[in-house]
Amino acid sequence: MRFDVAAYKLRTPQSVQEALAWMAAEPGALRPLAGGTDLMVLLAAGKLPGGQFVNLWPLRELRTIEVTSDSVTLGALTTYSDVQAHPVLQQEFPMLVEAARQTGGWAIQNRGTLGGNIGNASPAADSPPALLCYDAELELRSAQGSRWLPYHGFHTGYRQTLLRPDEIIARLRLPRRRGQRLHCYRKVGPRQAQAISKVCFAGCADLEDGRLVSVRIALGGVAPTVVRCPETEHILAAATSPAALDEAAARASLSRQMAPIDDIRSTARYRRRVAENLLGQFVAVLRLHPGWATP
Amino acid sequence: MSDGSGQQIDLHFVVNGQAVTVRCHPMARLLDVLREELHLTGTKEGCGEGECGACAVVMDGELVNSCLVPAAQAAGVQLRTVEGLAAGGRLAPLQEAFLHCNGAQCGICTPGMLMAAFCLLQHNPHPSEEAVRVALAGNLCRCTGYAKIVAAVARAAQEGGDAL
Ligand SMILES: Cc1cc2nc3c(=O)[nH]c(=O)nc-3n(C[C@H](O)[C@H](O)[C@H](O)COP(=O)(O)OP(=O)(O)OC[C@H]3O[C@@H](n4cnc5c(N)ncnc54)[C@H](O)[C@@H]3O)c2cc1C
Ligand code: FES
Ligand code: FES
Repeated sequence: MRFDVAAYKLRTPQSVQEALAWMAAEPGALRPLAGGTDLMVLLAAGKLPGGQFVNLWPLRELRTIEVTSDSVTLGALTTYSDVQAHPVLQQEFPMLVEAARQTGGWAIQNRGTLGGNIGNASPAADSPPALLCYDAELELRSAQGSRWLPYHGFHTGYRQTLLRPDEIIARLRLPRRRGQRLHCYRKVGPRQAQAISKVCFAGCADLEDGRLVSVRIALGGVAPTVVRCPETEHILAAATSPAALDEAAARASLSRQMAPIDDIRSTARYRRRVAENLLGQFVAVLRLHPGWATP
Repeated sequence: MSDGSGQQIDLHFVVNGQAVTVRCHPMARLLDVLREELHLTGTKEGCGEGECGACAVVMDGELVNSCLVPAAQAAGVQLRTVEGLAAGGRLAPLQEAFLHCNGAQCGICTPGMLMAAFCLLQHNPHPSEEAVRVALAGNLCRCTGYAKIVAAVARAAQEGGDAL
C-alpha cells in the first residue's frame, strides 16, 4: 500500500457553521473533502499530502437546488447525478447536464460534486466551461460571512483560485434567461466514459428578435485554466445574419486565446486543431439556427 | 490499510441487512474496511483509483466505488455488497443470469458488474440495452467483451420480479 492513513485526520462537523469555525481557527490547516473522487485517488496513489480534512459530504444543507424566477442556485455538494435529474437544469442549462452526463461513470456521477470540480481547479474539468458560458456566480463562505463572485475570474492560474484558506465554496448561482438560447457542448477524450478531456468546448448564443445579442465561448484543456474567449465571442456576436458569421476570423482569434501544452493526454497541436474544429461546429450550429430574422 | 495508528472512530452502518460497528480510521477506504475488517472479500480492488468499478457497492441505494469512499462517509448508511445478493444459499436471479449467459470469466470484475446491474435494475427494472451499457460504463472487464454481461442483465430484467 502506497499510503498511510495515519498521516491524515478527518473531522466531521455537525453543520456548515462548525466546519467554518474549525477552518477559521486554523487557517489553511483544514482542507474540504466532498465526494472524494479527486482526493481519494490522490490518497491511494500516495500523492495526497498528510494533514487535516473536513468532511463536508454529510452536510445536507450544501446539497440543495433552489429555483426562483431569476436563478437556479445549486449547493456545492450537488452531484452529477443530481444535475442530470433536475428538470429546470435539463430545460435551461443543457450544457451543464451534458457535462454531468459525460463525467466519469455512474458511480463517479453519484459522488462527484460541482463544488469539488471547481475546487479541484483542473484546467481540463468538464463542468467549468458550461458554468462560464452560463455566467455562474459562486458563493464563498467563511466564519466571517459570505461573498458572491462571478465564476469568471475565479481561476487565477494553474490550480490557483480566489478561494481563501478559511473559505469553502458554498453555492453556485446560474441566472435564468427567457428567450431563445442556443447551446453547444462537446467533450473530446479518449473514450466516452471515465475519461478526462483532451479538449472541452462550450458555446451558447442568445437571440432576440432574430438577432444575436450575445455569444459566449469557454474551453477546457487548452490553457493553464479553463478560459472564456471574449475576442471570438465579439467576432461572432457582430454578425447580423448567418452569412456574416466570420468563421475564419473566429478560428484565428481562438488560436490566440489558447496556450495548450503537450502532456500525457494529448499534444498542443492536436488540442489547438480540435478546439478550432469544435468552434467550427458551433458556428455551423449558429448558421443553421432557424431563429434568425429573415432579411 | 496501515497499522491502525492515528485517529480512530467507531463506525456504525448496516451491511447486507446486518448492523455492524467497526473501529477504524475515518480516512480508511471503505473498500479496506469491508475486506480487511469485515472480511467481506467479495468486493474487489482493481485499480484503486475509481476507474474500473471492481470495488462497486450500493450505498443508500446509489452505486459508489468503495475505493473512493472514506470510512467516515459510510457512517449510518445502508450498504449492499455482492455477498448480499444471494439469499438462503440460492443465487439471485441476476447471478443466475450471469451464469447462464457466461457473463463471468476470470471473475475479478464480476462483483462490481453485479452491483452496478443490481443498482440499475432497482432504479429501472426494464432498461434498454443503451441504458444497461451506460450504467455499466464505469465497470471494466478485460475478459468477456461485455456482450455477454449486457445479455445477462437483459435476461435478468426480462425475468424481472422483485428478487433481483
Ligand atoms: C474515474 C474518474 C473519472 C473522472 N472523470 C471526470 C470527468 O470526466 N470530468 C471531470 O471534470 N472530472 C472527472 N473526474 C474528477 C472528479 O470526479 C471531479 O472533479 C469531481 O467533481 C470532484 O468532486 P468531489 O466532490 O469528489 O471532490 P473531492 O475529491 O472531495 O475534492 C476535490 C477538491 O476540491 C476541494 N473541494 C471540494 N469541495 C469543496 C468546497 N465545497 N469548497 C471548496 N473546496 C472544495 C477539495 O479540497 C479538493 O481539493 C473523474 C474522477 C474519477 C476518479
Ligand atoms: S478499485 Fe475502485 S474503481 Fe477500481
Ligand atoms: S471476467 Fe475477467 S475482467 Fe471481467
